[in-house]
Amino acid sequence: MKGLTTVFKKEVRENIRDRRALFNSLLLGPLLFPLLFVGMMWFLESAEKERAEKTLELPVIGVQYAPSLIRFLEQQGAVIQPEPENPEEMVRSQEVPVVLRILPEFPEKWTEGLPAPVEVISDPSRQESNAPIRRVKALLYGYGQQIGSLRLQLRGVAPQLASPIMIKDVDLSTAKSRAILAVIFLPYVLMITAFTGATHLAMDTTAGEKERKSLEPLLINPVPRWQIMTGKMITTMVFAMASLALTLVSFRIVLPYMPVGAFGMDLTLGLGTLLKILLVISPVAILAAALLTLLASFAKSYREAQSYMGLVILIPMIPSLIFMANPIKAETWMMNIPLFSQNLLIGEIIRGESVTLAWYGLSVFSTLVIGLVLAAMAANLYNRPKLIFSSS
Amino acid sequence: MIVVKNLHKSFGDVQAVKGVSFEARDGEITGLLGPNGAGKTTTLRMLYSLLPPDQGEIRIDGLDPTRDAMEIKRTLGVVPDSRGLYSRLTARENISYYGELHGMNKNAIRDRIENLTRTLDMGEFIDRRTEGFSQGQRVKVAIARAMVHEPQTVLMDEPSNGLDVMSTRALRHYIRSLRDEGHSVVLSTHIMQEVAALCDRIVIIAKGEVAADGTAAELLERAGCDSLEDAFVKLIGSEEGLLA
Repeated sequence: MKGLTTVFKKEVRENIRDRRALFNSLLLGPLLFPLLFVGMMWFLESAEKERAEKTLELPVIGVQYAPSLIRFLEQQGAVIQPEPENPEEMVRSQEVPVVLRILPEFPEKWTEGLPAPVEVISDPSRQESNAPIRRVKALLYGYGQQIGSLRLQLRGVAPQLASPIMIKDVDLSTAKSRAILAVIFLPYVLMITAFTGATHLAMDTTAGEKERKSLEPLLINPVPRWQIMTGKMITTMVFAMASLALTLVSFRIVLPYMPVGAFGMDLTLGLGTLLKILLVISPVAILAAALLTLLASFAKSYREAQSYMGLVILIPMIPSLIFMANPIKAETWMMNIPLFSQNLLIGEIIRGESVTLAWYGLSVFSTLVIGLVLAAMAANLYNRPKLIFSSS
Repeated sequence: MIVVKNLHKSFGDVQAVKGVSFEARDGEITGLLGPNGAGKTTTLRMLYSLLPPDQGEIRIDGLDPTRDAMEIKRTLGVVPDSRGLYSRLTARENISYYGELHGMNKNAIRDRIENLTRTLDMGEFIDRRTEGFSQGQRVKVAIARAMVHEPQTVLMDEPSNGLDVMSTRALRHYIRSLRDEGHSVVLSTHIMQEVAALCDRIVIIAKGEVAADGTAAELLERAGCDSLEDAFVKLIGSEEGLLA
């Protein structure tokens, strides 16, 4: 095993002197992602606030058909804009988020006591117009309720009769469980960091060594090849772990600066939580180091290896993307799936749920097994002479 | 002492080595001379156990590279065709990495590097990072790391490739000193002058086979020529690869 430790020590020393390695493993993830996260939160919050507080500017067609409705809207703070020439086109071209059209038959139906038609012209598929659309509809609904009650009262009927059900919201979500964004984003970032932290080292110690023509002389030394490869992989794992630990620490530092109130978030990463997350994610670093080393060993040059890495980095994104599209409830069998289980577990930890030991155990164990199988494959790869000499 | 008998190696359809046999004795410099692509590098790779032969037998001081790979690697000093250094490590760190891989202890490595620095005249750059080293400096470091564990048998693949006149002279001087100390030295080259100036025995390899084998004088006699160059052309039967 002396050969293994010698290789490990040398790789660490060499890569600590490598600005590219330090940047990729120890700076990029730990610095970029937390800043990105905070920036995103600030942006979302301010955009949301702006939309909520902005005066509602509402172009209306057919103002003359419903003067009392217009008065009501104005009382509620809406600024009625003059009638646009081509409302559909305006909405489509995003000039205005929503246009209200009062149809000519409105007065007639109104006096007859029939539902009087108005059209809300909008494009709900545009996220940013959701807030104004909601506000316009709420105002119209409010007005309708008010008039409805008055009509019933005029006919001597208690308006309550028209509201057979009263809905009360009992919100059981804790502040923590509302931190949806963080629940999706943090596992995603950590998963990617485990891979980005390992990428440079995995390539430099294999494809890079081949490219620099130092692999052949290295393998002539009396050290079993699996020890040389394992020494390299352990270096890669250590860098990936360091990258993860630093990223977590930097999240910890950055979180107090987050706009907490807007999201009802109470996301503090205590030391215990940090360690739990690190425990959950560590096997991923091992898996990533083994997988990336395995792939990079086939490449003839650093550049060729890089072209593989671009695809591999998609792998840790898959579970997060699935959760974004379709949030699912964590179940025991899911803990057997690497990357997937870490995503779920970190989500649970952040949400402040208690997680059973069995889940931790399953997740760590299944990921480790696959990681070690890949590592064993990588360790024996250079027993094939073809791969040693395939340098360009 | 190296004994090679009837060595064969193919890569797919290409027969790189087909029936190479020779001997390299202790206290002698044996030159594998042949045009580019003759099978010299492949032969050497089989000697230092990085390639398994398809057929044939190799004995280095009685050891078989296919069976005693680890043991053989301990007794061999190899300067292969690839001689990449770690550019972020100093020359000393490069050499001492190999010493550690050979299981040497720190003191032994330090003393040995002192020694090699003197013999190979590396004092000026031994503690500099190897990034930006000249070809001559690189070859010296590559040789030093191959020799750090004081191997009995030395294999060098085209050692003077890319060296200027002064570096080549220094290299030849060093190789002769190894011979005088009783080492068995095998070097491959396609450069006639190198063989003439350096080698005690010459093994001419062409198209994967041994075309001729003997001292310079013996080869001249056999070919009936006055110059080694003519003898070489005559013995391998073509001028192919000679101008490279």
